[in-house]
Amino acid sequence: MLLTDSSESSIKSFLKNLSPVDQVGADSRAAMLATRSIKTSSKLWAIETAIAMIDLTTLEGADTPGKVAALCTKAVRPDPSDSSVPHVGAVCVYNDMVKIAREHLDNNGGKEIPVAAVSTAFPSGRASLDVKKRDTEDAIASGATEIDMVIDRGAFLSGNLEKVFTEIVCIKEICGERAHLKVILETGELVTYDNVRKASFLAMAAGADFIKTSTGKVTPAATAPVVLVMLEAVRDYFAMTGKRIGVKPAGGIRTTKDAIKQLVLVNETAGPDWLDPKLFRIGASALLNDLLMQRMKMKSGQYSGRNYVTLD
Amino acid sequence: MMKFEYAPAPESTAIVSIQSEYNLFIDGKFVPSKGGKRFETINPANEKVLSRVTQATASDVDKAVKAASEAYRKTWSKLTGAQRGKYLFRIARILQERAREFAVLESMDNGKPIRETRDTDIPLAAAHFFYHAGWADKLDYAGLGKNPKPHGVVGQIIPWNFPMLMLAWKVAPALATGNTVVLKPAETTPLTALLFAEVCQQADLPKGVVNILTGDGATGAAIVNHPGINKIAFTGSTEVGKIIAKSVASSKKALTLELGGKGANIIFEDAPIDETVEGIINGIYFNQGHVCCAGSRLLVQENIKEELLEKLKRRMSMIRVGDPLDKNTDLGAINSQAQLMKIRELSESGDAEGAERWSPQCELPEKGFWFPPTFFTGVSQAHRIAREEIFGPVLSVISFRTPSEAIEKANNTPFGLSAGIWTDKGSRILWGAQQLKAGVIWANTFNKFDPASPFGGYKESGWGREGGRHGLSAYLKGDFS
Repeated sequence: MLLTDSSESSIKSFLKNLSPVDQVGADSRAAMLATRSIKTSSKLWAIETAIAMIDLTTLEGADTPGKVAALCTKAVRPDPSDSSVPHVGAVCVYNDMVKIAREHLDNNGGKEIPVAAVSTAFPSGRASLDVKKRDTEDAIASGATEIDMVIDRGAFLSGNLEKVFTEIVCIKEICGERAHLKVILETGELVTYDNVRKASFLAMAAGADFIKTSTGKVTPAATAPVVLVMLEAVRDYFAMTGKRIGVKPAGGIRTTKDAIKQLVLVNETAGPDWLDPKLFRIGASALLNDLLMQRMKMKSGQYSGRNYVTLD
Repeated sequence: MMKFEYAPAPESTAIVSIQSEYNLFIDGKFVPSKGGKRFETINPANEKVLSRVTQATASDVDKAVKAASEAYRKTWSKLTGAQRGKYLFRIARILQERAREFAVLESMDNGKPIRETRDTDIPLAAAHFFYHAGWADKLDYAGLGKNPKPHGVVGQIIPWNFPMLMLAWKVAPALATGNTVVLKPAETTPLTALLFAEVCQQADLPKGVVNILTGDGATGAAIVNHPGINKIAFTGSTEVGKIIAKSVASSKKALTLELGGKGANIIFEDAPIDETVEGIINGIYFNQGHVCCAGSRLLVQENIKEELLEKLKRRMSMIRVGDPLDKNTDLGAINSQAQLMKIRELSESGDAEGAERWSPQCELPEKGFWFPPTFFTGVSQAHRIAREEIFGPVLSVISFRTPSEAIEKANNTPFGLSAGIWTDKGSRILWGAQQLKAGVIWANTFNKFDPASPFGGYKESGWGREGGRHGLSAYLKGDFS
């Protein structure tokens, strides 16, 4: 057990004992790993692995049942012309779309694809704990088996760590065995890498199954050094507790190159054990089409163009 | 379990054209030697012969010095600073344009990874020319007195660890300050210097301003002892540096020496541990440890030693050793058989003296010269591996309890080139930097170079500084000297 109790002082002393992060060093390590050259067979492997790790996401106010249904079709069969392409890791939607997504997946050969719901007054998290709990309960009741919750960044930055901790514990209790809990740190609002490391440990100690960078509504989002710091955190947490926590970068990962850089980060930071959709996901929407186009190029030797991959 | 294997990603060698034989570059032309034999230069990663270069004789040196002297008198000293700067800017731009070619050739001749030649050696070499090009017309304002004067002809002898970068460190300030040059690249790594000779031609540099003579120690000695040379600049071993110092002691030659080191990388308990591990790796495994300012002694606070070493081991097991031309290679080949023997011999002395050796599992290629990334624990200050420069990927781990003990141990060496301090406390960095007797002290980083930052050593690590405003003074005479 990492914490003696969940009091403010106990949480603070735990986080205070964490090693600091040097920003210049973290930036340069991430930049160095971005120079890895991934070609031929390893590129193809990386593309297919990345597809299987995508949390295919639509989080717009303008989302419709039709759009979500189309997204689900794509999730099951990303490339309609090639059934050897793996299905994505999950479909990620707002609460009211969970049921629609679940039904559509079930009816179209996607039973094994989980539906993730963004919960707890996503994206700002500015609601009472009671509302956040009911939000989560509602998502699970609708069929979500993954909950992407946001932390209270205001509380974190003002030093009210107990509040952040308690909220995660409460949501985790509701999830129980029914749903995996991904905790969104919104690193763009935490700003420093020290904060990212602290928030990562706070979330893990409170019961997160995954730590996730961002909502996608704030920039910067999943920058390479932030993901590096989070991967170091899960690696260290595993060394302390023997428990593997997943990492989900989300926001700003749009190209195959970006995705491959993420996989290199995973491979050389947390290690190959994390190269698994159970422990690494990429929150994205546009990324999938770029991965598909690059895969077609590798298979056929030529670029096929945007109209050969489906829009939604 | 799935595994992410990186497929081979070799950089193409098509961009370089290596001639089967090279002559000497004297007075703007490649000319045959007067009686000099040829010797082979090989690729240390596969032992294949790359080319045969010329062993310059004393009479070749004489010819080169005469050419340099005439160029100094007739052309180079007649130009304004701005005109000299123009040539340096031109050279800098050509180096950038031909960066890939230089990077590949350097990697082939030296054995260092293409990632380093591409991202460090060649960009920094170009940066040195740009930086000094800017100084050429501003020397009156360098704080070195009114109208400082060049020495005339300078003899420059450079090592094999950063062939092109060391050439830039030497040639750029010499030309910017108005000197002409006779330069000898290292015996095992002459090819990029010979390519640089082509760049001088391409830049229309007046003939004789830069002369490049290949050869071994005998050629170097002929340069050092030539009466027509006004200044010697040497980078290399302390052993040879001492011989040179003796040779020029009875002459009027000016001398700068950049010699060996046994840098201490000091890790305090509050250091940012993951970045520290990266800094240790960069400190000793960068360029196969063939770095005079390498952080070859790891001084770690006792209470975090175990944790740090665990993290270091994990990180070291991910170092990719192999084909230097593969873009994903982190650790390349040892530069020569002789250097490999030296690394082996010193490592064996570590075993014999009771230190404990650790290396990750790694497959080394059969051909070529290779040594795995290695560290020794249980090292005491008295061990040879704590005192002597290994110049290879071998780290000696020593622990300390108090900050003052760390400083004492760090300074307890005949060398004084570099040191690193890792701590989250700014006050401790400033305190440590005052106490450490080393020319360069890095705080929460290691092996970072910039043309504007002077570089050089205390004690047996050398005389004088290279780079920055301080570096200019080594090539000028004036009120300050």
